[in-house]
Amino acid sequence: MRLARAGRWVTLVGLVLLAGVYLRALAFTPIERSQGPAQKIFYLHMPAAVWAELAMVLVGLAGVFYLFLKDPRLDRFAAASAEAGTVFAAIVLTTGPIWGKPIWGTWWSWDARLTLTLLLFFLYMGYLLLRSATPDPALRARYSAVLGICGLVLVPFIHLSTVMFRTLHPAPIVLKPSQPSLPGSMLITLLFSFGVFTLLYIGFVMQRYGLSLLREELAARERAAAVARGRGGGGGDGGDDA
Amino acid sequence: MLRADGLRHAFGHVMALDDISFSLAPGRTLVIFGPNGAGKTTLLKVLAGLIRPQAGCATVAGGRGAIGWIGHQSHLYGHLTVTENLLFWAALYDVPAERRRARAAEVMRRLAIADQADRRVWALSRGLAQRAAIAKALMHDPQVLLLDEPFTGLDLAAAGEVRALLAQLRGAGRVVVLATHNIDEGIELATDVAFQRRGRFVHFAPRGAHESAEIAEAYRRAVGAGGAGGTAGG
Amino acid sequence: MPLGRGERGGRLVGDTLRHAWTIARKDLLLEFRTRTAVLSAVVFTALVLTVFNFGRDPTAVATIDLAPSILWVTFSFAAILALNRAFQLELENEALEGLLVSPISRTSLYLGKLVANLMFVAVVECVALPLFVLFFDVSVWRVLAPLIAVIALATVGFVAVGTLFSAMVIRTRFAELMLPVLLLPFFIPPLTGAVQATARLLDGRPLSEAAGWLRLLAAYDVAFLVLATLLFPHTVDE
Repeated sequence: MRLARAGRWVTLVGLVLLAGVYLRALAFTPIERSQGPAQKIFYLHMPAAVWAELAMVLVGLAGVFYLFLKDPRLDRFAAASAEAGTVFAAIVLTTGPIWGKPIWGTWWSWDARLTLTLLLFFLYMGYLLLRSATPDPALRARYSAVLGICGLVLVPFIHLSTVMFRTLHPAPIVLKPSQPSLPGSMLITLLFSFGVFTLLYIGFVMQRYGLSLLREELAARERAAAVARGRGGGGGDGGDDA
Repeated sequence: MLRADGLRHAFGHVMALDDISFSLAPGRTLVIFGPNGAGKTTLLKVLAGLIRPQAGCATVAGGRGAIGWIGHQSHLYGHLTVTENLLFWAALYDVPAERRRARAAEVMRRLAIADQADRRVWALSRGLAQRAAIAKALMHDPQVLLLDEPFTGLDLAAAGEVRALLAQLRGAGRVVVLATHNIDEGIELATDVAFQRRGRFVHFAPRGAHESAEIAEAYRRAVGAGGAGGTAGG
Repeated sequence: MPLGRGERGGRLVGDTLRHAWTIARKDLLLEFRTRTAVLSAVVFTALVLTVFNFGRDPTAVATIDLAPSILWVTFSFAAILALNRAFQLELENEALEGLLVSPISRTSLYLGKLVANLMFVAVVECVALPLFVLFFDVSVWRVLAPLIAVIALATVGFVAVGTLFSAMVIRTRFAELMLPVLLLPFFIPPLTGAVQATARLLDGRPLSEAAGWLRLLAAYDVAFLVLATLLFPHTVDE
């Protein structure tokens, strides 16, 4: 319960700071010359894309450790991370077309990185569906760990195949080692936004983790109550026998 | 031959095995009585190596290859004949290829299903299928037999036949562990008796000279209260 | 008699392969006995090819441009169909439990199922390929050998992941629906590679042009065969 509430606060702070990011982006960061104001969405798009992918990596790593340690906390974290990842993937998939329409002239293009995010989104959906279709908690944890690990290995293959397929996406221009071609003030806004999204990820995960903990406790309490009821009745029968 | 040391296992918050330790020498037959949900199946699965317990360990001399498993499911493929099923399982248990056919014929004769050899399993009656399942478990001449409610779904006559078969199989250096919720079944086979309730052995002792009725009475006293509740709940 | 480490390792591998083959042979015998599954898969595949014929505008798009996609979408559907039944038939009388208490390694169980699934899909593909040639009037004779190699590479990738997932979905609700939802994202890399390589081949261009794609296919096969072998025990053991 405390964790879920703390998570809500972290998320709230994250959202306030996100407003700060946009204040900075709109008022204090220069407009990009070739793309115009549409580029502003990039401060939302890029950090969300990075976290959509990082969340999958964390789901996979949590799966690896779960299979060794069988610690239910790892499974709960993986589930929370997948839910957060789904949200970030959805943000990318909505901001992408909004940016793409004025810049590429089309809402959707099968560009490498957009496709990757779409497939990540499908992976997350599959992961969450598998969880909801597996009633037994231990089985669910093992299955999702296996799927998460497979997803982790799949991501580089999708990267490869979509890049080899074709790409329209602007080449990475942020952290080129030779000379960062993004102006300093834009870079700062972007890094600020990235920090905010990290905070949002942590907040989401804390909330979902707290909630699933709560749900498990509730289920356990219901079960205990059912057992107690059953025992009460059984005790009566035993008394009659004696 | 077969020993369990401090076995513990829980499914979520339900204790299935709670500090269970025992060992059985060759020739012993342990019958475990307990209500549904007492953890009997979990115990057998741990002994068979199907479930790794959360604590403690179970060892069977000869490993999985020395175990014959008979549950209420036959593990047989309906679209294969009885012989084909037996040959398949014998191959997995590393019975030498040249001996498999002879062994299958011998086992089927022993279980009086030689005339069913070339029938598909789906066409067999419940009693015949159960006998075929026992034949499958005997193909590799296991030294340890694990039986999980082997009488479920059998009519009285078929259950009687299976009981007579088990009486032949026990002893002769074999270890048999039989789990059942029905105190009237299998009690006369036992050399050792255990009562299991909520994962615990509430009673575990050699049968000694006790009469079946005496043990049944002791079981009702030991498990009765929880037993009725457990049966109602599960 | 004490065995040397090498000898024991050799026997372990030998046992694993022998048990795997026993399981695969049993699956194939079952398939042969019932025949319904493989027949429905073949009919389904033929139907998909037929539907594709009507699902295009023959005046606007040349067949050759669509052919690789048609072939591979059909093959991936066929694979999903085959994989759905892979572990389903082990649920009859809980035979899977019997396999798990038997002294075989989990690896041999996975490999046995993999081989049986590969054979099943191969049979369907063997029927689908001539139908594809017939329906869409593509000539494959000149490139038959490399085409079969591409098909084999991609099919191994499909089935390696699919066999792992089909062991999981049998214990879930809506298993038949769950498998394609989980599996299709994993089909994207091998599917992309196979379509690209097939397109080059049907276009009469040398296979070396698709070398990058073939490397991707091979890498995918190796990665997921190893991964699935490692992960499979976790899907069946408690």
